[in-house]
Amino acid sequence: MSKLRYRPINLGRWLVWGITALVMIVLPLIFTSGFTLTIMSQIGVGIIFALSYNMLLGQGGMLSFGHAVYSGLGAYFTVHALNLISKGTFYFPVTLAPIIGGVAGAFFGVIFGYVTTKKSGTTFAMISLGIGEMVFACSLMFSDFFGGEAGIATNRVMGSNVLGITYGPAIQVYYLIIGWALVCMAAMYAWTQTPLGRMANAVRDNPERAEFVGYDTHMVRFLTLVLSGFFAGIAGGLSSINYEIVTAENLGALASGSVLIATFVGGAGYFFGPIIGIIVFFVMVTAVGGITQAWLFYLGLLFLIMVLYAPGGFASLILMHVPVIKARLMRRLWLPYAAAAITGVVLLAGLVSVVEMTYHYSAEADTNPGMALFGLAFNVTSYTPWAVAAGLLVGGFIVSRFAWKAVGKAWGEIILGLQERRA
Amino acid sequence: MSTAIELKAVTKNFGNTEIIRGVDLAIPRGERHAVIGPNGAGKSTLFNLISGRYPLSGGDILLNGESVSGLKPFEINRRGLSRSFQITNIFQRMSVFENVRCAVLWSLGYKYSFWHRLGGLKDANLRAEEVMESIGLKARRDTSAGVLSYAEQRALEIGITIAGGAEVILLDEPTAGMSRTETADAVELIRKVSQGKTLIMVEHDMGVVFDLADKISVLVYGEVIASDKPQNIRGNKAVQEAYLGTEAH
Repeated sequence: MSKLRYRPINLGRWLVWGITALVMIVLPLIFTSGFTLTIMSQIGVGIIFALSYNMLLGQGGMLSFGHAVYSGLGAYFTVHALNLISKGTFYFPVTLAPIIGGVAGAFFGVIFGYVTTKKSGTTFAMISLGIGEMVFACSLMFSDFFGGEAGIATNRVMGSNVLGITYGPAIQVYYLIIGWALVCMAAMYAWTQTPLGRMANAVRDNPERAEFVGYDTHMVRFLTLVLSGFFAGIAGGLSSINYEIVTAENLGALASGSVLIATFVGGAGYFFGPIIGIIVFFVMVTAVGGITQAWLFYLGLLFLIMVLYAPGGFASLILMHVPVIKARLMRRLWLPYAAAAITGVVLLAGLVSVVEMTYHYSAEADTNPGMALFGLAFNVTSYTPWAVAAGLLVGGFIVSRFAWKAVGKAWGEIILGLQERRA
Repeated sequence: MSTAIELKAVTKNFGNTEIIRGVDLAIPRGERHAVIGPNGAGKSTLFNLISGRYPLSGGDILLNGESVSGLKPFEINRRGLSRSFQITNIFQRMSVFENVRCAVLWSLGYKYSFWHRLGGLKDANLRAEEVMESIGLKARRDTSAGVLSYAEQRALEIGITIAGGAEVILLDEPTAGMSRTETADAVELIRKVSQGKTLIMVEHDMGVVFDLADKISVLVYGEVIASDKPQNIRGNKAVQEAYLGTEAH
C-alpha cells in the first residue's frame, strides 16, 4: 500500500508571494512621482492581462492573436457600467467594478471561445485573428456602444467617500489595481494547480493522450479560454478606471500583439514569465520610448533575439542558473559573462548609433544635420560618425562572437559537471 | 460469462481500400485476448476502431452490451475502455507522477474542476502512487517522462492506460522494441495489472502472446481467419500457412 508523501507548507512559495506583494505595496512610497505611479499602474493592469493570456499560450498551448477582444470588451462594459452608476441608474461600488469587466470577458469567452477552441494550433490562431478583426470592425461600426474613434469616457470619482477613498488621487487607483492584481495573480496561479489547469497542460502537450484518459480536449480549451477571458476582462475593467476612457484601440490587433510579445519575451512556459515580460515591455515603452522614437524597432529586435536564442524567455534564462547556483558553479560563468557584457555593450552602441543616425538622417538631415548621441554632439552628414558607428557595430559583432563562444564553452563544462555529480 | 466487447461485421475503408473486412468478435469479460497477424493485417486499425480513434465504415461495436460506434475516444474511455499505443504516447514534459495523476482524474470524478487543489486530492494522489508502484516507477516519481528509458516509458504507457480503472484494456504492441529481459518484466507487469480485467492485446512476439493470452484471434488482410485457445491456434493449418509458419512450434 502506497503512502502519500507529506508535504509541509511551501515556505519558499509563500516567501516569493509575500515579497511580491510587499514590493508592489511599497514601490509608490519609494518612487513618488506621478509619472512613475502611472507606469506602475499600467504594469499592474498589464500583469493581469499578460497572465490571463498565458493561461492560453503557456498553459493551454493556444496561440491567440485576438486576446485584447476580451479585455477590450470588458473595458467597454465597465465604462458603461461606471457611467450608469454615476447617473444613479444602479448602485455598485467602484472598487468592485472590474468584476463587471470580468463577467463581460467571460461572457464573450463563451460566445467566441466555443468556436475558436474547436480546433487547436494554426486553426485556433487564425480564428482568433479573425474574431479580433471582426470585433475591432464592430467597434467602429456601432458607435452608440463603442463611441466611434473617440471612444467612451467616464469619471471614476462618484458617489460618497468611503473611508476617504474616492479614486480621485492616482495613488488610490494604483492600490486598487495592485489589490486586484494580487488577487488575480493568486487566482490564476491557483488555477494552474487544479485538475482543469493540469489537464490544460496535458491537452497542450498531447491532446490525443488526453482524449484517451477521458478528457474532451475541446471542453478543456473552451473552459480555459472562458476563465482567461474573465481575467482579461478584469484587466480591461481596471484599465477603464485608470484611464477613464476606452477606445477601439483597447481591443485592436496592436493590444493583442503587445501582450503576445510581452508574454513570449518574459517566458510563456513559466507562471511568472509574463510578469517579467510586461515589466520589460513597459520599460521599453516608457524608458526607451521616452528617449527615442525608434523604440518599436528595438522592441521588435528584442523579440527577434528572444525567439532565436532564448525561446523560453527571460524566465528560462533566470531559471537555468538555479542548478548552477545550487552547485556553486557560478564563478565559472562570471568571466565569460563579463566579456559577453562588455562586447555586447560595444555591439549595442554600434547598433543604436547606426539606427539613430539613419533615423535622424532620413528625417531631419536637410534641416537639422546636428544630433547628439551618448552625450556626444556631431553632424550626421559627415563621414566620421558613420565610420565610428560602423566600426563599433562590426567590431562589436566580431568580439561578441568570441565572447559568446566562451560563454557556450563554460556552460558546456558546467552541464558536464552537473551530470557527473548526478551520476 | 457476459461479453465485455463485441464486434459485429466491422468494416473500415480508407478510400477504395478495404482494411477491415467484416470482423466478428466477442470477447468475454475477464479474458486476455490477443490479436495477431502479419504486418498490414489491420490489427492497429482494429484497435483504432474499437477505441474511437477512427470512425467505422460499417458494422457495430458493443462495449458491455452498449453500442460505442460513432463515439469519440473520450466518451468510450468514460464507458470503461482504455488503450495504449504502439508508439509511446505519454505526456513527455510532465513528471511520471503527473502523467499517472492526469489519467486518474476523470475516473475519480474531478472532471473539469477548477475549484479543487490537486495537492489536496488524497484519492487521486494515492491512486497515482499505487499505480506508480505497480508499474515499478515509484523511484522515478518526479522524473520528467521524456527522459525515461524506453522500457520505463512503455511501463508508464501501461500505467496511464490502467490508472483510470477501465475494465477493458487495449494494449497495442506493449513489448515492441524491448530487450528479452525488458520483455519478461513487461509480461509480468501486464499479467499483474490486467488481473480481473478484460485485456485485448496486439503483439508480434509470439512468446508473449502464448504466455499471456487465454484466447487468440488471427487477423489476415482485415479478416479474422481463426479465433481459439492458444494450443488450438498452434495447430491450426490455415494460421500456420497465413502467418505463423514454423516459428510458433
